[in-house]
Amino acid sequence: MQLPAVDDVSFEVKKGELFGLIGPDGAGKTSIFRILTTLLLAEHGSAWVDGFEVIRDYREIRKIVGYMPGKFSLYPDLTVAENLNFFATVFGTTVKDNYELIKDIYVQIEPFKDRRAGKLSGGMKQKLALCCALIHKPSVLFLDEPTTGVDPVSRKEFWEMLNRLRMQGITILVSTPYMDEATRCDRIALLHNGKILSIDTPENMIKSYPEQLYAIKADQMYLLIKSLRKYPEVLDCYAFGEYAHVSFKIPFEEYLLEAYLGAEGLSGIEIKPTAATIEDYFIKLLKT
Amino acid sequence: MRTIRFLLQKEFRQIFRNRAILLLIGVMPVMQLLILPLAANYEVKNINLSVVDHDHSGFSQKLISKVTSSGYFKLSGYSASFKEELMAIESDRSDLILEIPQGFERGLIREDQQQLFIAVNAINGVKANLGGAYLTSIIRDFNEEIRMEMVPSYRFNEAPVIEITSSNWYNPLMEYQFYMVPGILAILVTMIGGFLSALNIVKEKEFGTIEQINVTPIKKHHFILGKLIPFWILGNVVFSLGLLVAWLVYHIVPAGSLLVLYGFSSVYLLAILGFGLLISTFCDTQQQAMFIMFFFMMVFILMGGLFTSIDSMPEWAKLLSAFNPVSYLIEVMRMVILKGSGWKDILPQLGIIALFAVVLNTYAIINYKKTN
Repeated sequence: MQLPAVDDVSFEVKKGELFGLIGPDGAGKTSIFRILTTLLLAEHGSAWVDGFEVIRDYREIRKIVGYMPGKFSLYPDLTVAENLNFFATVFGTTVKDNYELIKDIYVQIEPFKDRRAGKLSGGMKQKLALCCALIHKPSVLFLDEPTTGVDPVSRKEFWEMLNRLRMQGITILVSTPYMDEATRCDRIALLHNGKILSIDTPENMIKSYPEQLYAIKADQMYLLIKSLRKYPEVLDCYAFGEYAHVSFKIPFEEYLLEAYLGAEGLSGIEIKPTAATIEDYFIKLLKT
Repeated sequence: MRTIRFLLQKEFRQIFRNRAILLLIGVMPVMQLLILPLAANYEVKNINLSVVDHDHSGFSQKLISKVTSSGYFKLSGYSASFKEELMAIESDRSDLILEIPQGFERGLIREDQQQLFIAVNAINGVKANLGGAYLTSIIRDFNEEIRMEMVPSYRFNEAPVIEITSSNWYNPLMEYQFYMVPGILAILVTMIGGFLSALNIVKEKEFGTIEQINVTPIKKHHFILGKLIPFWILGNVVFSLGLLVAWLVYHIVPAGSLLVLYGFSSVYLLAILGFGLLISTFCDTQQQAMFIMFFFMMVFILMGGLFTSIDSMPEWAKLLSAFNPVSYLIEVMRMVILKGSGWKDILPQLGIIALFAVVLNTYAIINYKKTN
């Protein structure tokens, strides 16, 4: 059986927006990017990038977009400076002309400009790839999982760089499997199995979470979740880091639950209300 | 134009940074041209000859010393028993047996004729064939000599005799290197051109860099030209290197004009680069490309007329080798280098190779678009 990678997906990104495609591996993020960057032909449907249709005007699109694939795909046997120069020339421009745009990022890798790209560290590669995608001053930037496999500090830096780029008026589409990065986008689309579950700002998504969530902790995590699922008033319960996130059908009495859990043989019980996150929202959408 | 120039700059940078490729281009042709022509020699020497001499006369001694002094034979056994020497053949110590009958000398003088017996070990076909032929011709020579000795007074033969002398045109000394070196050079040019072009484009696929190129405004034909031109140049460099080695080491100076040689090799390289390109459009990894290329190379080389003459192949094989570009290059190389053929003589081959170039490259470009 052939499974469609992307099915009936429709969304719009405003000019100058930082738009996130959020979804687990295999959700169809890369396929959407490849269709929009004219690398893949969709069987049905149409799409426009900056007013150009992806099939008819693919030449125009290739001039105005910057694409950074999920896998590092610059020439590993060329140096940092040579890669940058090469991509600048390919787009008919020079590094000097658009230096302003990449300056902030490039200064960080400039000390290594004579090093071969293949010998850079993961974070450096990422920065170089971003520079190469930006060097022709694209109006739309496509970043496919730019933070996957990057350390937490570099990830934070990377999002700050994206924020600065958005300030300069570049429309950015970014995909990520990390739900915690969703809040850094202006708007996000939650993707699962090739379908869009929801499109909104991260704040609205969190706000629209219907129930009050509780974070519950006990020394025996597995038993805790098993016991909670048996508790009649529990609507939903799942592991979330070191806590279990639980929602209830009706307002509940904390001491009753605590007594119940104690009777089930659990110790070190901690119950506290918590704010919903994008991940909670995503799980909720998957279950309804 | 600017795009192409830049693509070429990038391509050459990558090539010159790749030690393995540089070594392949520089050392491989020289090494192979130094070793292969010397090893691939059809001339059979050191044939082990056993002599069964039942006569032990002056004539039989004379015959044996004539045979052994020819340089082709090594006397590996000398006895009076055929059985014993047959054992030597069976145990592979001997390739040929020459049996001289009892009363050889006496019979020759009295009866004017005698018979000799030659037994050949046919396990090694080439050795057996040539050994038998060499021995026969030496005995014929010997025959002439004793006739001259025994009947010196006649000015004319009473019976007319046709004597055959042959001269080898274009390669008077029958030097095998003259024949092998141009052929091996043809194979080298094919290997370098075919492998480099096929692997290089697949490498871009494997590294994902082709994706990055595809989202840029670079046009397909720019990209492909950017790939073809460097390898076309490298192919001609290897070709020149090979001609240089042939001249310095084997003293082979092309009898024809260098212009004709380079003209043909230039068109030929386009064809073989197109072939590499075509293979690369079908493959996703360098490993796949390597194996497919190897398969074709084997067929091309073994059926290209380098080792075995195409004329002596069966009809179906002849038909097959008409689709083998290597066979045309080997043929033309030998024609121009040994015989001094000019433009007019190689025109048919040039036309066919040009057709190969057009068809292969067009197909590659069409297929390239389809898969992207």
